[in-house]
Amino acid sequence: MKINRRRFILTGAVVGGGVLIGYSATRPSRHRRANSDLVQGQERYITSFIKIEPNNAITIYVPHSEMGQGIHTALSMMAADELDANWEEVNIEQAPAIDLFANGDLVKGFAGEFGVPNFLMGLVGASAFAVAEIGNLQITGGSSSVRYTGEYGMRTAGAAARELLMETAAVRWGVPVSELTTELSHVHHNASGRSYSYGQLAAQAAVMEPPENPTLKDRSEFKIMGKAISRNDIPPKVDGSAFYGLDAHSDDMLYAAIQMAPVFGTKLVSVDAREARAQRGVKKIVQLEDSVAVVADSYWRAKEALKLVKAEFSSSEYDSVSSADIAARFDRELAASNGSKDKEVGDAEAAMESAADIIEGNYRVPYLAHAPMEPMNCTVHIQGDKADLWTSTQDALGIKGRVAKIAGLGEDDVTFHQTYCGGGFGRRLPFNWNMIDHATLIAKQFDVPVKTIFSREDDMQQDYYRPAVSSNFKAAFDANNNVLAWHNRFTGPIQVPGASHIPYAIENQSIRVVDGDTHVPIAAWRSVDHSQQTFFTESFMDEIAHRAGRNPYQFRMDMLQEHPRHRKVLEVAAEAAGYGRNLPEGHALGIAVQESFGSIVAEVAEVSMDANNKPVVHKVTCAIDCGWAVNPDTVEQQVESGIIFGLTAAMYGEIKIENGRVANGNFPDYEMVRLATTPDIDVHIVESGHELGGLGEPATPPIAAAVTNAIYILTGQRVRELPLSKHDFSRSTPVAQV
Amino acid sequence: MATFKVNGVEHTLDIEPEMPLLWAIRDELGMTGTKFGCGIASCGACTVHVDGRAVRSCVTPVSAIEGANITTIEGLAVAAAGTNPAPPNLSAVQQAWIDHQVPQCGYCQSGMIMAASALLATNPNPSDAEIDAGITNVCRCGSYPRVRKAIRSLATA
Repeated sequence: MKINRRRFILTGAVVGGGVLIGYSATRPSRHRRANSDLVQGQERYITSFIKIEPNNAITIYVPHSEMGQGIHTALSMMAADELDANWEEVNIEQAPAIDLFANGDLVKGFAGEFGVPNFLMGLVGASAFAVAEIGNLQITGGSSSVRYTGEYGMRTAGAAARELLMETAAVRWGVPVSELTTELSHVHHNASGRSYSYGQLAAQAAVMEPPENPTLKDRSEFKIMGKAISRNDIPPKVDGSAFYGLDAHSDDMLYAAIQMAPVFGTKLVSVDAREARAQRGVKKIVQLEDSVAVVADSYWRAKEALKLVKAEFSSSEYDSVSSADIAARFDRELAASNGSKDKEVGDAEAAMESAADIIEGNYRVPYLAHAPMEPMNCTVHIQGDKADLWTSTQDALGIKGRVAKIAGLGEDDVTFHQTYCGGGFGRRLPFNWNMIDHATLIAKQFDVPVKTIFSREDDMQQDYYRPAVSSNFKAAFDANNNVLAWHNRFTGPIQVPGASHIPYAIENQSIRVVDGDTHVPIAAWRSVDHSQQTFFTESFMDEIAHRAGRNPYQFRMDMLQEHPRHRKVLEVAAEAAGYGRNLPEGHALGIAVQESFGSIVAEVAEVSMDANNKPVVHKVTCAIDCGWAVNPDTVEQQVESGIIFGLTAAMYGEIKIENGRVANGNFPDYEMVRLATTPDIDVHIVESGHELGGLGEPATPPIAAAVTNAIYILTGQRVRELPLSKHDFSRSTPVAQV
Repeated sequence: MATFKVNGVEHTLDIEPEMPLLWAIRDELGMTGTKFGCGIASCGACTVHVDGRAVRSCVTPVSAIEGANITTIEGLAVAAAGTNPAPPNLSAVQQAWIDHQVPQCGYCQSGMIMAASALLATNPNPSDAEIDAGITNVCRCGSYPRVRKAIRSLATA
């Protein structure tokens, strides 16, 4: 991707005694506003992202949500390193949710042809309205923050600020810039032994002409990037002081518990709330189009009273739909339709006809919930034509606009209060707004803050789900067991283009998508389409290897001659996992590789079957090529996290649709990997030096196939449907490892 | 009326005896370090200490803890030190959580730390199997490998 840096480096405009100069992800006019709105006293905003005060304190504003991925720290490291700042004196703050800190235009840097980032395509379609909205969002998703905001925004901002400070010092001292050096937030003129702190230069630097194209450091010059630096958000997360959306509190606060229409798309018909209204602490019963809420002076009282509400909802054509019906519909669709083109290379149909042998494999995966640990919640306080808003979100600016719209207020009249995000995984992305809308409509009926909380059951049953997908494969072989063709038909929609594409050298490929829309609402879920497609393609690739009588690792390596980065991560992971060496009795290794969000990840799972014929994952060895590592410790952490998230889905994850609604309730119905079932995880970062890749998502896709490929060796049973908890492995016939 | 001590301070609240301790702590006392995760004692995000034992407060009615000493994450460092600890006011478990960079989103970590602290208080040198049995909390971000490392680092043997 090419971004013209010059377009984003802003020249200063003096307003109210200050000037902004630096890198912007948004329109320059907004920075003039930043100057007048935000600059106080002696402070100067050198850029949108960096503030330097006279006492040399440096504050870096990060326009992304912190949900545990360490983004506040990583992005600040990128700016601070280019600035040559003293890291010990750097303050990190989340940028306010005001439009001058929108990152949407930068997110557009990796947008698809309609100007919408790929990971949001499935949500917004391509309506002009949605496209226009993207620029006004403050999105954290698509494993994009370090790759885009960091690489293009933060580093340029830091480098531009540093050059300005040096230029300012050069003018004051009357020496050429080339004689100056910077270190630990100071500019030095070594020849004369003179120094200025950045704080002494900031006010004057702010009115200098900014550099057109500041020089970024070579990796060999990094002093902060590349180091395992402790995250700034961890200390408040160990003493209970970290503030999440759910933690908004005031003495006059009211709480809402809500009963939503159980079948998606149905409406509230009637309510009998006489008994509920009489309960202690209950203030009001609020009826909305598709729900009924009890508002009380404590959440528990609201929730208890809600149990006494008798609500009736409209019927719909989906009232009897089950998961089995949806799967059968997908099968019919796959049988009846050739779908639309995803990728066509060569002539797969002709190759099938001339094949000596053909193998087939039909796969499917269920809907999944995001289930972040912090249940969905939203607190809104409307006072006249102003409102305050607290909610954990992956898009502070977008959600502020949404609340303003629902409340009938101007965007600038809503104040968003920053919070940490108790998990997101896609649930808190823009357009997944159901409970935000409800919370706003409920709060409109009060002049005190109202906190609406989804219970865990509400959260499970009113999510926007990872789509269920069915995917049918055929592969053709010639008489010498060479693969002639890859033939794949799967149910859509495609949310992330390319997830179903394989890197392997197969001459004829036909990959097509058929309609997979249902009444179940869907959204991006950690790694989006890669979570399903990698299970499918890397499992079927394994089937092909075994059918060809080849070792699955060596077979992949041979088919990846054009992909040296894939080969490298496979090699590193296989070597570290002890691939080809003796394993403990009854253990086997399964392998899978996938490129997603700019990173390439290979995972090897070491698995055995326990006394009850249930799979046990002992160890996962992972090699990731993410270009290079800004903060190696958070890279490892995100890989551990992504693997466990994917393993939970593979082992247990299934949202069941019964009678048109989600049948799962709380965690026992949607089990998670816990400490006892967590494998050892061994992470190897392969620094190829390529462009930065994403980290939040790429470790999730390969794990399911890595585990099931090992199970095939252990049992002879090819797992073509997840989760594993559905399978009975009691009649197993191990396969000889080749 | 319900009377109990939270982090050494006695509270008498005019609340229903069946109100879960979690909501008494969060909504009545306004102390938000203890988290709501599932409401059915499955995930452990709401774990507090009742007279030193780890208890899932979301299913513990206040009637069951009448007169008890409750410790929440906010009071853990003081409870562990037996007095006001020196800055940065952290217990050994909390410090190990920083040293091993355990939390991610952090939402489950109050409960995780309370569970680990109670485990180590009764079993200062737990085996891996004992750690597995003692820490059954859910962490959706998958901080488990680091939870285990941090607990192992605190084991006395």
